[in-house]
Amino acid sequence: MTPDDASTTDRPLLSVRDLSVRFPAGREGRVRRWVHAVEGVGFDVERGRTLGLVGESGSGKSTIGNALTGLVRATSGTVHLDGTDVLTARGRAARELRRRIAMVFQDPYASLDPRRSIGATIREPLDVHRLLASRAQRAARVAELLDLVGLPAQAAQRYPHELSGGQRQRVSIARALAADPDLIVLDEATASLDVSVQAQIMNLLRRLQRELGLTYLFISHDLAAVEHMSHRVVVMYLGRLMEQGERSGLYERPAHPYTQALMSAIPADDPAVERTRERILLSGELPSPVDPPSGCVFRTRCPLAIDACADHVPPVHLDVDHTAWCLRTDAALAGRAPR
Amino acid sequence: MSTTTAALAVEDLHVTIGRGARVARIVRGVSWSVQPGQTLGVVGESGSGKSMSVLAATGLAPATARVEGRAFLDGTDLLGLGPGELRRTRGRGLGFVFQDPMTSLNPLLTVERQITEGIEEHLGATRRAARTRALELLEMVGIPDAARRLEAYPHQMSGGMRQRVMIAIALACEPTMLVADEPTTALDVTTQAQILDIVRELQERIGMGVVWISHDLGVVGGLADEVVVMYGGQVLESAGVQTLHDAPAHPYTRGLLGARPRLGRLREELVAIPGAPPDPRALPGGCVFYERCPIKAERCAHEVPPLAEVAPGHLARTFCTEER
Repeated sequence: MTPDDASTTDRPLLSVRDLSVRFPAGREGRVRRWVHAVEGVGFDVERGRTLGLVGESGSGKSTIGNALTGLVRATSGTVHLDGTDVLTARGRAARELRRRIAMVFQDPYASLDPRRSIGATIREPLDVHRLLASRAQRAARVAELLDLVGLPAQAAQRYPHELSGGQRQRVSIARALAADPDLIVLDEATASLDVSVQAQIMNLLRRLQRELGLTYLFISHDLAAVEHMSHRVVVMYLGRLMEQGERSGLYERPAHPYTQALMSAIPADDPAVERTRERILLSGELPSPVDPPSGCVFRTRCPLAIDACADHVPPVHLDVDHTAWCLRTDAALAGRAPR
Repeated sequence: MSTTTAALAVEDLHVTIGRGARVARIVRGVSWSVQPGQTLGVVGESGSGKSMSVLAATGLAPATARVEGRAFLDGTDLLGLGPGELRRTRGRGLGFVFQDPMTSLNPLLTVERQITEGIEEHLGATRRAARTRALELLEMVGIPDAARRLEAYPHQMSGGMRQRVMIAIALACEPTMLVADEPTTALDVTTQAQILDIVRELQERIGMGVVWISHDLGVVGGLADEVVVMYGGQVLESAGVQTLHDAPAHPYTRGLLGARPRLGRLREELVAIPGAPPDPRALPGGCVFYERCPIKAERCAHEVPPLAEVAPGHLARTFCTEER
């Protein structure tokens, strides 16, 4: 997939700069306290490509997706979609942005209205954005969308409880595609599905990207799924960027101790390998996002942390397209055992 | 696999819910056994009957379920016991860890009370002895600052810490068997790695038998000695963990292995298994996997393959072991 066929310029479809999201966490005396959910995050997503956003619970990955779609309000920073500022848009411009950024959630049970037929669910974005004039046109579009996601036309008359989990997630994808968006935010879109069905949905998403030139933000805790789906990957921890790079560079040469620990935590396929390999085990627990550590937020659990990590978190450029925010990348790269 | 020496042995277990035309056959003739000090992985997707088979075997099936078959804990048939005796035998001989520690723990009791309750009840220990033991247990499962944590309530702990408390409770009476139902599924991967490490180490020290239920073959790979693959209420394959990885015999097992994206092994397409698992109220006449099977041999449409030995210690419910 090359972005050359894109109608406009070289600029990325989505550009996020210095994004922070804070939630009020009460007061302590006269001091207001904040949950630092996302702090100073920046990345670009090129047209027609997938950016994987990976991290564990509390990393802020879902909050970023929610900030892009207006489900939570960003505290500071900028988000541009194709040159339009997403965070400050109002009125008609905001509505148009909502058409251009669609979202698919983790649990299709919870995100589909149980009392609404599949056809009505998929048609809703067309109605909201007044996209097709006649009933017949909208019905034709619903049929086309069902076909696109591999569901039979008769599914339009069904209700969510009559479908399997995989079929429901196909409906969510069809609804996301309905208004012809530029960007689809996939927030743990395969996480609640069985392994065999996960593969169906991932194959479907990749086929749709090839055929329609879609751009994805693929949010997941699953490093293997992110590797399979993404062109570029961002690793987050406690609301901050840890590492960012093209998929091949990041997976072949992870330079941040946190990325290394994440990869090491995944069991090897071969039981014989799994029982003998060296693992990096993290100690301790996730610090509170209300009172995050100074300097590098990962230092309290990092096996390579030194005193200076409390003061400095330099971006280290390992390659043109590969950055780790870490003082200890040299040590991390030297110590890394091949998988 | 002999029943007499097994820590836990399940024989021809059946579980149904409801009756008449709408009866759901959740578990259909499942047998397996776990020797002391060994780990059995029970793997399957949602609706495969993996959890229900283990819950029913230990007398924990919902009241609406009909359970038939036998389940021997250290030689005693749990399913033949009255309620009081079952409770005593289970409390002493079995420890449980479930997926979500927040719903398994009592939010109103301190960690200490939740651990000591079983020790006092089943081992007849005094309050003080039970407290000492609780402290020991928390240290054993790797909880830092254990003395202070005894006073804590579940909501004051992280998911990983709560699951450690669950393991401490499960091990409190030094059970013959630990039953773990997706115990790391709700946890982050780095926390999962910690928990897997603790269980591996404890099993070496204590030597109990373990049944580890999971949807994830990868997690089971590092822990289990034997693995049972379930689908549609039946065992489709059972083998040593290395054999199952090196030479899976059933098309479903091969499908499961192919469907997972694997770190560092990029493929253009994942080998998805089409369709969805069968409805336990409308099971097919022939092989339960027929609808989704890539081979679809003709006789499989109307004939149920027996669970037969394809190699010593390796069973598979398929007619198609040759066609890979």
